[in-house]
Amino acid sequence: MSAATKIQLNVNGANLTVNAPPMKRLLDVLREDLHLTGTKEGCGEGECGSCSIRMNGDLVNSCLVPVLQAANTKIETVEGLACDGVLHPLQQAFLQCGGAQCGICTPGMLMAAKHLLVHNPHPTITEIREGLAGNLCRCTGFMRIFESVLSAATSTTQETHAR
Amino acid sequence: MRGNAAEHELVAPGSLPAVLDLLANSPGQWTPIAGGTELMVAFAAGRLTASRLVSLWGIDELRFTDARPDKLIIGAGTTFGDLRANSIVAADFPLLDKAASWIGSIANQTRATLGGNLVNGSPAADSSPALLVYDAEIELISVRGKRCMPYSEFHTGYKQNAMTADELLYSVHLRRRFANHRQYIRKVGTRRAMAISKVALGATALINDGVIEEIRIAAASLSTYPARLVKTEAALLGHSPCPNLIDIARKGLLAEAQPIDDIRSNAQYRKSVGANLLEEFLRSQHSESAVQ
Repeated sequence: MSAATKIQLNVNGANLTVNAPPMKRLLDVLREDLHLTGTKEGCGEGECGSCSIRMNGDLVNSCLVPVLQAANTKIETVEGLACDGVLHPLQQAFLQCGGAQCGICTPGMLMAAKHLLVHNPHPTITEIREGLAGNLCRCTGFMRIFESVLSAATSTTQETHAR
Repeated sequence: MRGNAAEHELVAPGSLPAVLDLLANSPGQWTPIAGGTELMVAFAAGRLTASRLVSLWGIDELRFTDARPDKLIIGAGTTFGDLRANSIVAADFPLLDKAASWIGSIANQTRATLGGNLVNGSPAADSSPALLVYDAEIELISVRGKRCMPYSEFHTGYKQNAMTADELLYSVHLRRRFANHRQYIRKVGTRRAMAISKVALGATALINDGVIEEIRIAAASLSTYPARLVKTEAALLGHSPCPNLIDIARKGLLAEAQPIDDIRSNAQYRKSVGANLLEEFLRSQHSESAVQ
């Protein structure tokens, strides 16, 4: 048996302490302990990308991270994309291009797309496909998602993506 | 039945000596966990049998590459994302670079480590065929010191390996001697990302004056653990990659491969595809020889 342990995280800029068993999945800590339910669970096996977040600037599947391994890291979730009530350009593009339907994959798609644009502000459609290859969608057929990312990339600057 | 976090202990000693001490003081008690891309899947499904886990994530002594004139040493904690970003891997070991790109997706490559892939020992492991055909050596470490062995001797059975209970995989050594080798690797899976191999095949060969002077062939999912096809290699050595040899190669692989039926494919299909991949490699060498 494992007692809950105090673990410090920086989530979307806020320093937080959670009290959780070290093996608890980061996904569950975000959703249950921190009530950040934007991050979704799809497969729970690291295959669908619905739980994608950024940890110290790396894209990870939060369902495969025991929270102890996230101690003292900087976590970015979908809740951190909008700023002062203004949607991130990617969120705006997903709305305009019909990139979201049922919404389960959308937070993970947004985080994977943000990760892509931070490193590659003007990706080709092939690079977008690879950047989102770990994120599955069962509604849109993917084209509208790729178009959303392309639209956001062409309409904004790198500084905006890094926001 | 979902996994219950409270039923598993996880500690992060934070340094290599501290992890090795833990393993030495209670051998067999602790299961190392690196990027969690295998064990956390088992945990979520309630299949994780290990009750005590020790984290290797964030241990810098395991996450390194050391490029020397004659070899590249890769720390076991190096992620596949690290490997894809490494220019020496891309230039000198393109098959490993390619195999790293096969691992899951970017989010998996960020976390999955080379050491984890090898120690997990799946017969379908993406990195194994490349390391086998590059004749990799591996280095194990414990409080007793380090020891090296050919990677081809590491796997001893289905998910079994040559490590003792107090050892960790420390590094992989690749000799930088393949610039003149013909090199081939191809994976056949359900889709390009996030798919475990139905079958994959890698090969390196040194061909001089139309004669195969050196050849290594290794496959994923053609046996119970990652291994070279040494009988098929022996049948090809010293010959020219001509159409007649292709027939010998196909028959050799079909006789030597021992795949299984499972959820991803069946044995007969795996054998057929394996033979086709080997033929593709040899045929490309035959046409290259003809051009030269």
